[in-house]
Amino acid sequence: MTGVKLSNIRKSYARNEVLHGIDLEIELGEFVVFVGPSGCGKSTLLRMIAGLESISDGEMYIEGALVNHIPASMRGTAMVFQTYALYPHMTVYDNMAFAMRIAKESKEVIDEKVHQAAELLQLTEYLGRLPKALSGGQRQRVAIGRAIVRSPKVFLFDEPLSNLDAALRVQTRIEIANLKENMPGTTMIYVTHDQVEAMTLADRIVVLSAGKVEQFGSPLELYTNPANLFVARFIGSPAMNILPVVLEQSGPHSLIRFTSGKTLSVPVASELMEEGAELQLGIRSEDLLLSDKLNALLSGEVQFVESLGEMTLIHVKCKESDSIIVAKLVGIIELHKGQTVHLSLMADKVHLFNTEGHSLRYLDQQSCDAGQQAEQPDLVTDNV
Amino acid sequence: MVTVTKPLSSTDSPYQSRGLLSTLRRSPLTLLTHLSVIVIVVMWTLPTAGLLISSLRDKEQLAVSGWWTSLSPSTQRLMVRSVPPDAQLEEGGRYVLRGKVSDDQALQVLAFGWSSREPAAYAVGDVAQMRKGQTLSISSNGEYELSSPEPFSGARGKRLFYTAKIPPRFGLDNYREVLTTGGIGQSFINSLTVTIPATVIPILIAAFAAYALSWMAMPGRGLLIALIVGLLVVPLQMSLIPLLRMYNQIGSTFGVDAKSYLGIWLAHTGFGLPLAIYLLRNYIANLPKEIIESARVDGANDFEIFTRIILPLSFPALASFAIFQFLWVWNDLLVATVFLGTGEQQMVLTARLREMLGSYGGNWEVLTASAFVSMAVPLLVFFSLQRYLVRGLLSGSVK
Ligand SMILES: Nc1ncnc2c1ncn2[C@@H]1O[C@H](COP(=O)(O)OP(=O)(O)OP(=O)(O)O)[C@@H](O)[C@H]1O
Ligand SMILES: [Mg+2]
Repeated sequence: MTGVKLSNIRKSYARNEVLHGIDLEIELGEFVVFVGPSGCGKSTLLRMIAGLESISDGEMYIEGALVNHIPASMRGTAMVFQTYALYPHMTVYDNMAFAMRIAKESKEVIDEKVHQAAELLQLTEYLGRLPKALSGGQRQRVAIGRAIVRSPKVFLFDEPLSNLDAALRVQTRIEIANLKENMPGTTMIYVTHDQVEAMTLADRIVVLSAGKVEQFGSPLELYTNPANLFVARFIGSPAMNILPVVLEQSGPHSLIRFTSGKTLSVPVASELMEEGAELQLGIRSEDLLLSDKLNALLSGEVQFVESLGEMTLIHVKCKESDSIIVAKLVGIIELHKGQTVHLSLMADKVHLFNTEGHSLRYLDQQSCDAGQQAEQPDLVTDNV
Repeated sequence: MVTVTKPLSSTDSPYQSRGLLSTLRRSPLTLLTHLSVIVIVVMWTLPTAGLLISSLRDKEQLAVSGWWTSLSPSTQRLMVRSVPPDAQLEEGGRYVLRGKVSDDQALQVLAFGWSSREPAAYAVGDVAQMRKGQTLSISSNGEYELSSPEPFSGARGKRLFYTAKIPPRFGLDNYREVLTTGGIGQSFINSLTVTIPATVIPILIAAFAAYALSWMAMPGRGLLIALIVGLLVVPLQMSLIPLLRMYNQIGSTFGVDAKSYLGIWLAHTGFGLPLAIYLLRNYIANLPKEIIESARVDGANDFEIFTRIILPLSFPALASFAIFQFLWVWNDLLVATVFLGTGEQQMVLTARLREMLGSYGGNWEVLTASAFVSMAVPLLVFFSLQRYLVRGLLSGSVK
């Protein structure tokens, strides 16, 4: 059974559409993270699932039931807000008991559940306090506690850690990871800006951009096989390096030519592409290697060196690219600004993107997955 | 008058020890604020203190000198009649009338006279030569002696004029007078009967309206709010008579009396609602949205959100409006005159005071004391509600 199913969900404010048809199937008990740049509609989508925003178009199902017209109070979701949103006039205990009192649970059940949650979140000694007498991290834990006592069907988090300092953020992140272990049957949806949170917590990540889903997949899938330029640039830090190249020879392996004239054969299928097509090459910074002048594919002047001990990041201004190329080299490398370096790259880690920004590797895999089904995905036929 | 007290928190303590010095070191604007607060406080308390002192003074003294002289003795020109001629004694061939101008032990006579044209012609100790060989002397402690070669005749005593220095006299006589004059107690109850429902009803309605107008999406909400703000500027005097006519017409179809408490409650509710809704909406609309959404996700419906979240968090706004409305209704005379009768069962305190003043011919002591009697209740209301006017009620909820 799916936990949450969205089908062609749209949202408009006045005449301004901010979500343009979202399709997602989130499995029961799955932990899904929404990431994307600011203003792309993450919070809006989450609030629509909670029932706090109306659905302009499309259908939404929670555990199989259509919820389009079910008000927030009846959806069985629980939400943790970025700003905590605790009830300031109630003690921690009352804050956590609020939802159950509304639901007319018996006193014993309330008491038991509140104490259970308090124990889990190490809040037992603060149960009698008002929110104003708590630290930021404790408040955030109360907000989480308030959500878990209700045993919701879907647990929603909207950037719950963004108000915490770095150390507390790590600690609370671990608590959320534990929570996920403890509540295996609860679907969780988590919105964040923070890539580390996304990569470490998520079973699957939804990358959103300007109201559209760019890719939906496991963290490593997104990292190793981004569907398009947007995801490639967005996931991973430092961002993937992008270089313009030309397709010399298409086939199961593509031969590409850099602007410098050097060529490289990469194991990416490009059977349906015309030769001479302009492509973008993507390569992660850790897939670049130092090399000698003869074997180098890229050369340029070092602009900036970041020595982090276990690795060294070098920023290189290459002739082959308009932007700065960042290479992540293992260990301590003695390099300084102004020096010329030569770099080669691991051919099997190369991504190629067509002019629409779609990854050739991803498209190829999609069409393989689609198997022998007669329908080819639109994306491929478009490019023929 | 509305003071906002901030609950003590740990951040206050560093300032407390440094006190005035740190106040002075802050910006000139703060200084200006403090100065204007002082000016306002003086402007407010000085007349009030004057009224209080006046109300405690003796009514004769009150009539001749201002309250700021109340601690120094007053010099008054007074007239008494001597003891009647029946009390005359014959002493050494002269007829004598003896007595005291006043029972007041502390009274000190400065001068005296026997004709109204020259009431202070003689100093104490002098012997005034009157007509027909009669003499008059008054000593400084007020004892007088009239003597005459012929027996005094007539039924009444002679008029004696004297100027006396009278020490300040304070007492609760004025209050006794105001409170024991018939009907004040009943009027007090009548005033409360009008004021309490006329304060509670608009608050209840306005709180619901304010919640709906700020947190429930509905078509035409903005228009409704604009309409309510517009009603704020409708002058009461203009709408009073049409309102009364309307009330009477509608009332007569239901068989309700023209002048009844129900009418005045409705009138005060109507006149109070625009301001109440406006004030409460401003406050309630500014409560953090996340708190309300959070309650909604927690399963609360609008009514539960209102009673469990909005009402407790709106205490400061409710209390300040309650104070406004209570003061306004308690001090109101106009609406009460129009909507209530003048019978014993309906006369409110303000109407009663006006009537007392009228029948006493503008006696000052009644005015001062009754002003204080009528102020007591609003002051009590203010001080009991004042502790709800706190800042920091929302702290800890949202970052
Ligand atoms: N009430 C509203 N009225 C009109 N436009 C809105 C409203 N709420 C959100 N939007 C628009 O919808 C878009 C998505 O907003 P949303 O809050 O979902 O972004 P987000 O991805 O959560 O961003 P952030 O990461 O900064 O929180 C934005 O362009 C925003 O301007
Ligand atoms: Mg957001």
